Amino acid sequence: MNCTVRVASPLRSYTGGAQAVQAQGATVAELLADLERRHPGMRFRMIDEQGRIRPHIRLFAGSREIRDLSERMDGERVLHLICALSGG
Amino acid sequence: MATTLWIGTRKGAFALRPAAGHRRWRISGPQFLGHIIHHIVQDPRDPRVLLMAAKTGHLGPTVFRSSDRGRTWHEAAAPPAFRKTADGETPRAVAKVFWLTPGHASQHGSWYAGTSPAGLFRSEDGGNRWQPVAGFNDHPMNARWAPGLATPDGEILHSILVDPRDALHLYLAISIGGVFESTDGGRDWAPLNEGCAADFLPDPTVPFGHDPHCVVLHPGNPDRLYQQNHCGIYRLDRPARRWQRVGAAMPKRIGDIGFPIVLHPADPDTAWVLPMDGTKVWPRTSIDGRPAVYVTRNAGRTWRRLDRGLPAKQAWLTVLRQAMCVAARPDPALYFGTTAGEVWSGRNGGASWQRIAGHLPEIYSVTCAT
Repeated sequence: MNCTVRVASPLRSYTGGAQAVQAQGATVAELLADLERRHPGMRFRMIDEQGRIRPHIRLFAGSREIRDLSERMDGERVLHLICALSGG
Repeated sequence: MATTLWIGTRKGAFALRPAAGHRRWRISGPQFLGHIIHHIVQDPRDPRVLLMAAKTGHLGPTVFRSSDRGRTWHEAAAPPAFRKTADGETPRAVAKVFWLTPGHASQHGSWYAGTSPAGLFRSEDGGNRWQPVAGFNDHPMNARWAPGLATPDGEILHSILVDPRDALHLYLAISIGGVFESTDGGRDWAPLNEGCAADFLPDPTVPFGHDPHCVVLHPGNPDRLYQQNHCGIYRLDRPARRWQRVGAAMPKRIGDIGFPIVLHPADPDTAWVLPMDGTKVWPRTSIDGRPAVYVTRNAGRTWRRLDRGLPAKQAWLTVLRQAMCVAARPDPALYFGTTAGEVWSGRNGGASWQRIAGHLPEIYSVTCAT
């Protein structure tokens, strides 16, 4: 399944500045793997070496928050990569 | 070539370069504005190469590499990362790359990195791809040596030292964990903490569990090590294994607590420290608000205060372990950066101090490059 991935500004150095890019996959893990192929280095900044979403990263399939990378997109066509941080 | 000072801060990287015969300094940057920069280190085997340990508040840790003296940077293809954890193991993930050390002169392109939580990593290709050093990270004692006793900024592995006579002879330090030594290139390790105090532990004579803040080895006499510890200043002359508390010779009202310690490039008997208040609740600021550097020129038997040009009162500086360095030229010169974003230069071995930059973000590291 082809999806649009909306990219938060801290990650756009990997997408040549693009706010949205395309990726293929039925699950979030597959989408991120394809994203990594197209934009090397991007995945590790969001997902640690144990496969966990980093503390200040949030992923949404449409408006549904993703807690586990094995979750399927279930017809959603947009994956949002959100950077969530507060403080100075 | 003139010295360049690379400044790693909580909000990016800056460079200071001297002008007008070191009377003025020009600042450039920021590079990577908004990134948390813990260390910027030049490769002495190829001075065009610099490595930078970075992350942002949102994103995971990484390493950037420059091959043109810091003009352009490229991200590592495989930043330091622990191996995938097996079932039943406690998962470990690198939160930040804290320390960078070039490998032995005979091993072109080799680098070591220390991380938080405590991990040791090695690159064979100039910092592009990093592998865990299993001999340390998976050592049967690792869970006891690095149990996650965090400093306020997390458990950190730092002060990775390579014996210039022997590429297989390595040291490292963990806050909190202690100093460790390998004589086989990192395949096996042993604690090296005898003589160091660990006043914060129920048993202060433990073999590990200490808090070395900064450990240095003299390049001209690699058997001479110094350590600024949470509990004092120490010297070790190998092959001895027992550290001597040379900070005991510091003035009692000053004490011997601090973070950085730096050595004279040519004289293993000369070292500088920057004492901080380690009393009561550990303010870790200049003692009595009067900052001073102390120097020994006789391997720690006596210490002399160096404060000419530094503020005489109401200056509550904190200088972190990577934020002080010494350049062989001119004369030699000392430099330190504060958590309040100031950079100070001490000409003539710290005899006279001058503020050379201010208003920077919180400074994590100050390193000299050519």
